[in-house]
Amino acid sequence: MTTIQNSILGNQSVTRVLLVVLLITLAVLGMSLSLGDYSVPPADIVKAVLGLPTQDPESSFVVVTLRLPRVLISWLVGVGLAVAGAILQGLTRNPLADPGILGVNAGAAFAAVTLIVLFPVVAPMYLPLAAFSGAFVVACLIYLLAGTGEKSPLRLVLVGVALAAIMGAFTTLMLTFGQISNVSIALVWLAGSIANKSWEQLWQLLPWLVVFVPLALLLARELDTLQLGDAVAKGLGSRVTWQRSKLLLVSVALAGASVAIAGTISFVGLMAPHLARSLVGSIHKNLLPVTALIGGLLVASADFLSRTLFPPTELPCGLLTAALGAPYFIYLLYQRRQR
Amino acid sequence: MENTVLETRHLSLAYEGKPIISGLNLLIPTGKITALVGPNGCGKSTLLRGLARLLKPHIGTVYLHGADIFRQSTTTIAQQLGILPQGPSAPEGLTVRDLVAQGRYPYQHNWFKSWTPEDELQVRKALKTTDLNQLADRAIDTLSGGQRQRAWIAMTLAQDTRILLLDEPTTFLDLAHQVEVLELLWDLNQLEERTIVMVLHDLNQACRYAHNLVALSNGAVMGYGNPADVMTVEMVQEVFGLACRIVPDPVTGKPWCVPLGRQRDSGVNQHNI
Repeated sequence: MTTIQNSILGNQSVTRVLLVVLLITLAVLGMSLSLGDYSVPPADIVKAVLGLPTQDPESSFVVVTLRLPRVLISWLVGVGLAVAGAILQGLTRNPLADPGILGVNAGAAFAAVTLIVLFPVVAPMYLPLAAFSGAFVVACLIYLLAGTGEKSPLRLVLVGVALAAIMGAFTTLMLTFGQISNVSIALVWLAGSIANKSWEQLWQLLPWLVVFVPLALLLARELDTLQLGDAVAKGLGSRVTWQRSKLLLVSVALAGASVAIAGTISFVGLMAPHLARSLVGSIHKNLLPVTALIGGLLVASADFLSRTLFPPTELPCGLLTAALGAPYFIYLLYQRRQR
Repeated sequence: MENTVLETRHLSLAYEGKPIISGLNLLIPTGKITALVGPNGCGKSTLLRGLARLLKPHIGTVYLHGADIFRQSTTTIAQQLGILPQGPSAPEGLTVRDLVAQGRYPYQHNWFKSWTPEDELQVRKALKTTDLNQLADRAIDTLSGGQRQRAWIAMTLAQDTRILLLDEPTTFLDLAHQVEVLELLWDLNQLEERTIVMVLHDLNQACRYAHNLVALSNGAVMGYGNPADVMTVEMVQEVFGLACRIVPDPVTGKPWCVPLGRQRDSGVNQHNI
């Protein structure tokens, strides 16, 4: 007997999609560890990661100390942003929503830039904390202003756009009056860069994902119900406001933590859920895991490319996701107009 | 009272801060089809939402089998009463089957053992009743209006409730599809004795398919009971401000409202006056 609850493709092909994406991800992660200014043979990568002695002692340092934390961070950031985006698209019933509308990017950017410009000495240490606080405060503000009524998903988008504009103005103000040297540091952060990340930042980021990604999966069914609209969800017995608050919190935590570590990496939260939806349909039990893996793959690939495209210059990773994501966004809009 | 399934006492409802209904007392009979009719903005949709606990009253309350609907867990209510709001919309790409499966939400408490044979059975039954087996794997947004409405009704059927509330289930459908939906609801009432409460725009359809008519105007009940008794020239004049004549429906013999327009003096029917 086939079970009904799976989407168009059924459970089997969800597993198949997950496996394929995972394999591609491993290939990209492997290439990312291997290639660069200093090439490391595949055998040495495996040895280095497992902590075994490598043929070339330099390899171990390059792989474990320089590349591995960075590769893992880029993957985790992608997972966080993608899951946050999928939740928001479900909640707002707007397939063009992105973590940016929660004011997460704008809030984090304002806090981070203010810190860099006003307190450049302590900035590197407190940057993730400041960015996360900024993201969280602005997200809460948007949530309070949008209210909890029936129109709140739409209001969330509108209030989000307005607050993002205000925060953007303040950020620009900071950039205008800051010292040139500080401003250039701030600009790099704004562009979203995963360069020079160490194990320390990985440990800062990891707990957030370990806690909130499983929570998102636990709430997948609630998201399915909420996406039918408030009236239908209430009629089915869902405590709409409570469930929506929980889901928003999960989304803010994931997006906030990602932005805090990596700066504003745009369009991943928009693109990953879309690609996943076209593969496995819109039931979140299937959609969220596939979205997570695709998000991880996108940012890991973008980081790899940003490092290897124009050596020795490194592009900010966020620049690449935007360069790829913006045309995709336009393509989506165009496709929707065709309907 | 055994033959009353839903009851409002002194019910006062507001929508977006505007009072719509005040001090309303109403009984909904068990196992019957009740139609709420009235002009635009008379509060019939608001009342339906109130009955379904979607709107919280500021005074009075709604009783389901004699128990206050707002003092029970919303999941318990959802196992007894299903509501289909007006013009619901499904996310892009959602299949009929997945939508109908959502109707099982009130029964899914355990995350690890989420899908039971009973859930499966109810979903299959709902698809069969609404004649959607062929379309089960199609995305909702690729269906016609009538098919789409049947899919939403199937979702509320999968909820397996004795009471169904529907807000204008025929809006935006062409006449053939309107009849199709109403016949389906009629069968659900006749074959399974489900209580149905629906908001209808068309008075003649209300007379034809409802056992019990509730005519509302400005949030107050202006007529209540058997369509044959409620549907009078005076009622239509008072509630809708429309001059009409009531004649027997040539098919069922139930009251049929024929509005009088300016053409009434054209001479065709003069010998009837």
